[in-house]
Amino acid sequence: MDQEYIVWEQNKEKTLLYGKGTWNLETVPQIERALKRVPLDKPLVWDVSEIKVFDSAGVLLFRTFYQAFKKRVPVEIVGYTQSQKEMYEMLSSHMSEEIPQRGEGFLAQIGKSVIVTMGDIKGFVNFLGHLFYAFFYLLTHPKQLRIKETVYHIHQSGVNALVIIAMTSFLVGMVIAYQGAVQLAKFGADIFIVDTVGISIVRELGPMITAIVIAGRSGSAYTAEIGAMKITEEISAMRTMGFDPYHFLVLPRVFALIVALPLLIFFADIVGIFGGLVASSMQLGISFDQFVSRLNEVLEVKHYILGMIKGPVFAFIIAAIGCFRGFQVSDNTESIGLHTTASVVNAIFLVIAFDAIFSVIYTELGL
Amino acid sequence: MSTVIEAKGIVTRFGKRTIHDGVNLKVGKNEIYAILGESGAGKSVLMREMIMLHEPDDGEIIVLGHNLRTIGFAQAQQLRREWGVLFQFGALYSSLTIAENIEVQLKEYTKLSKAMRDKLVRSKIALVGLDAHVGALYPSELSGGMIKRAALARALAMEPKLLFLDEPTSGLDPVGARNFDKLIVELRDMLGITVVMITHDLDSISHIVDRMAILADKHVVAEGTLAEVLRSTHPFVEEFFKNEYSKEKFEHMFNKEHP
Repeated sequence: MDQEYIVWEQNKEKTLLYGKGTWNLETVPQIERALKRVPLDKPLVWDVSEIKVFDSAGVLLFRTFYQAFKKRVPVEIVGYTQSQKEMYEMLSSHMSEEIPQRGEGFLAQIGKSVIVTMGDIKGFVNFLGHLFYAFFYLLTHPKQLRIKETVYHIHQSGVNALVIIAMTSFLVGMVIAYQGAVQLAKFGADIFIVDTVGISIVRELGPMITAIVIAGRSGSAYTAEIGAMKITEEISAMRTMGFDPYHFLVLPRVFALIVALPLLIFFADIVGIFGGLVASSMQLGISFDQFVSRLNEVLEVKHYILGMIKGPVFAFIIAAIGCFRGFQVSDNTESIGLHTTASVVNAIFLVIAFDAIFSVIYTELGL
Repeated sequence: MSTVIEAKGIVTRFGKRTIHDGVNLKVGKNEIYAILGESGAGKSVLMREMIMLHEPDDGEIIVLGHNLRTIGFAQAQQLRREWGVLFQFGALYSSLTIAENIEVQLKEYTKLSKAMRDKLVRSKIALVGLDAHVGALYPSELSGGMIKRAALARALAMEPKLLFLDEPTSGLDPVGARNFDKLIVELRDMLGITVVMITHDLDSISHIVDRMAILADKHVVAEGTLAEVLRSTHPFVEEFFKNEYSKEKFEHMFNKEHP
């Protein structure tokens, strides 16, 4: 079968090797296999005149084997055409050295990720510094506030999130009521379901669920928006025009979320309690009137306030991380995806961590 | 002269805006063919239509004997291996190194051994005048001119018969641009390829381009060699070739026409 591309015959003094047919990307693998079987016991005469069609892959193959043969036996090339010679010379004069490998050892990878994490932390502190500087500058120059952008982001991150927040908190309220109902029914303490639902939603779950949904929804959007602007050099363009990106991009988003998130938490509290109410009436037969009057007795305002205090803090965490990760995007498309993921993961983790810190503080203060 | 690309009566509309209204042109084998025109004249769109990235609203394009309107999937895939495309900004895959970018089609479409692929990649890298160490870098680590060269190396990887270049010399320094031109002519002479390019570069036009089409007012208003095109009295041709900056370059051509 290999006779299609090469044939050889041997006489007393030498081996005559004929190349023929098409030597290109398609056929090179077959020719390569065939060439490996050429006997190298006598001087070689290689006739290439019958190679009618060839490309640089074919010529490179020829060059590789010519050099390999030459080390073992004398080789004579005959019958080459002008264009074959030209391409051979071009490829011989244009051959780069070995391309260095980029592999890294295990230890190097660990070291690298430590350095990257340290760099992230340092970068975030730097970012916060810039952010506060911009904030204090704004306090003395209140006219610089980008009202239009801020309102736009309140709409995007707040108003447009109402439906998903309503659905999530309604379902969470229902689930809490269902789970609580089973346990409380054992003690005949049915009415305490109101305490359970009311206090847990308002103090803990409302703020946390809202913050997590918004971290996934708006935090990721902030990273992707700013990242895309960085890739298209819009941010560099802004800087050259003297528009500080912290004023134009970061502060409007931070302010918008600080306004929107507490409002969303308030909304989530109401819908979540309503979800609990629906579940209690279905599961325990507690009427709406009973539920609401009990809620009035047990749900002190302090629980509501303690939950609400978390709102602006969570909002700041989400917006700051979203923007920070956006600025970290380097100029390739893959980087947007990586940083958006990192932004959401970091924001959710920090929201939960800060929620735990709040719990400890509240408990220590006896609230 | 056999025809490699033929466009017949191309009509392209974006919404209500008509970009092309009956564009005809012919690219011959082994030619370096340029598409010229002002910004927004639809040069890039025309090229995108030739490489099956956009379908014209009317008309036919025949590339290497295939009618793009009726071509089947398998044939289209085959055709895509026979051409190489250099995008204006390189369009190198950002998650792959330069060497991997050049290698990717060889890996997917041929049965070449790893050693052979490496050799081909190295020869392409050297051919476009890049250093070996560039092969290990990612596109984001390269300058604009290096990206152009790397992208040309990638376009040449499958030994194409037809090469599409979208503004190959834009963003290159003058010396780099002339070297790039020289490289294109060398490749054409040696590998017998046909080159279709969009360009504004007056030096490329006067030194390496064999024939060209001038796209203006939704039509090809002039087609042919530089001398033939210069005979046209269309306002764009006048403006482009006979303004105070370009006049000098083409003066000798005018003299030939008007002795």
